[in-house]
Amino acid sequence: MPDIHDEDSFEPHPKPGISRLDYAGEQGMAVEQETLVEPDVAKREEARSLWGDAWRDLRRRPIFLLSVVLILLLVVMAVFPWAFTDANPRKADLVHDYLRRPDWTDFFGAGWFGYDAQGRSIYARVVYGARASITVGIFVTAAVTVLGGLTGMVAGYYGRAVDAVISRVVDIFFGIPLLLGALVLLNAFTTRTVWTVVLALAVLGWTQIARVMRGAVLTVKQSDYVVAGRALGAGTGRLMFRHILPNAVAPVIVVATIALGGYIATEATLSFLGIGLQDPTISWGIDISSAQKVIRTAPYVLFFPAAALSATVLAFIMMGDAVRDALDPKLR
Amino acid sequence: MGSYVLRRVLQMIPVFFGTTLLIFVMVYTLPGDPVTALFGEKAADPAVVASIKHKYFLDQPLWKQYLHYMGNLFQGDFGTSFTGRPVSDIMAGAFPVTIRLALLAFVFEMILGLALGMLSGLRRGSVQDTLVLVLTLMVISIPVFVLAYIAQTVFATNLGWVTPTVQDSYDLSQLVLPAVVLGSLSLAYVARLTRTSIGENLRADYMRTAVAKGLPRRTIVLRHLLRNSLIPVITFLGTDLGALMGGAIVTEGIFNVQGIGNVLYRAINTKEGPTVVGIVTVLVIIYLVASLLVDLLYAVLDPRIRYA
Repeated sequence: MPDIHDEDSFEPHPKPGISRLDYAGEQGMAVEQETLVEPDVAKREEARSLWGDAWRDLRRRPIFLLSVVLILLLVVMAVFPWAFTDANPRKADLVHDYLRRPDWTDFFGAGWFGYDAQGRSIYARVVYGARASITVGIFVTAAVTVLGGLTGMVAGYYGRAVDAVISRVVDIFFGIPLLLGALVLLNAFTTRTVWTVVLALAVLGWTQIARVMRGAVLTVKQSDYVVAGRALGAGTGRLMFRHILPNAVAPVIVVATIALGGYIATEATLSFLGIGLQDPTISWGIDISSAQKVIRTAPYVLFFPAAALSATVLAFIMMGDAVRDALDPKLR
Repeated sequence: MGSYVLRRVLQMIPVFFGTTLLIFVMVYTLPGDPVTALFGEKAADPAVVASIKHKYFLDQPLWKQYLHYMGNLFQGDFGTSFTGRPVSDIMAGAFPVTIRLALLAFVFEMILGLALGMLSGLRRGSVQDTLVLVLTLMVISIPVFVLAYIAQTVFATNLGWVTPTVQDSYDLSQLVLPAVVLGSLSLAYVARLTRTSIGENLRADYMRTAVAKGLPRRTIVLRHLLRNSLIPVITFLGTDLGALMGGAIVTEGIFNVQGIGNVLYRAINTKEGPTVVGIVTVLVIIYLVASLLVDLLYAVLDPRIRYA
């Protein structure tokens, strides 16, 4: 008879080799089959958690490493933009003609990517523009994960009436397209900062995570270890956060990582439409919007902020893809 | 089946009222006075403002406004815009354009998306698979408005195949380029979803059985594999039809298509409450009906799903 206070007896993944299959099993796919196929592998490898397993897998993927390096670079750029350029992104000097091609020999200098129609250094604006995008992406994702995760957890855990009410509320918010809702919400604010945009996107975006979390909790709730935990007198909080959450969070993390890139693109779209960020905030979306006037004569004015934006979104989506592959081996 | 449809329709009712109420609250309680905005720079006469507010029910508490609006809505009256034009009139002019644009985009993303998804899903790890993966990843990460400019520059400015902006929004051939741009993001998702779904189903038992009993490859792929792989794709496509109409704001703006996106964008900017609420209400109805149809399609595609 094991000691009921022993943490190990509550370990969600007591057997080696089972950890990842839990997740595959949740989709109703051949769990037994996979355990049968690789029994010797399971025996040979030491016990690892889902996360340890995923990390081992991710470390060996060049695409994952590439996207992580790119994201780290962008984060450093967002925090310390002055480390990348001496030029002032807001200094407009019409001495610099936007029609003159970018000067490739001017490495990391103000004229590297050329100048925009107002004579501002495009390179400096690309560097300083990272802050708005990264801030919006990270904070919206964090807010959405907490808000959606909690509501999804409560809905899935309590079920019945609580679930019915929460699910209808989720349906209501889900019916409003993100971009459309954000346009209406943000239009009410005459001055909009990064935080206004974060708030609007978070208020409208949490439902996706809530649905995923609810689904995962519903499956995990049935597990033997949750039933055992409850039988042994574990409280609601302990069941939720020690037993269910660690086993239900994987799909949420996958969806959140991929959505992060989407939020960055949405912010840029809103700023492009003139209802997102405003001057003096430097945003790639605003720069792309103002570049459309000179697109025929000076396409590079549009090219560099657009390329920076696409590369950022790409990096987050590639990372999300890699994380999904690692956490959900069924899709490989 | 009948009782399932009934239950789903009953479930849609609170969602419909909730969503319209939400959009109503967002439009009418947020700061910014639409009536004073009508006067622009000029100082508004308080008496005129009050009479306009009375006419549009704006002097009533919000819940009364909402009930009044809903009451009219069920009689087919979407209200009158602040410029005096009936909202249903405005919508009747713009919706046909956007529906054509969205359907064109929908057909494009469905056919090409499924084809690309099958091309890569059936031969995992091949050159064509890698190519499709890289291409779709690029399309997903390039924002739609940048894609629109690229398309405009390449096909209108450089190749001269089309005019940069749409001259006649009712001419279907002019809507092709905007539709391709509008559908491209979803195309990438459809292709990737199909690829994943086919990859999963290739390993299914029924596939092994079908191969073992010597069915022709064509039958196996089309009847067995594709039909089963379509289920997640259909889910996506169903919710996407509504998203295409919402996403038309950007595409219609850049290509100057006189559809719902353009009207909506202008209405949001001028705080034309009745027009915004009317259009979004119709979009919500389209979305709800589409998701109901998707659920019913499941039963057609997968006989294992039976709605009691």
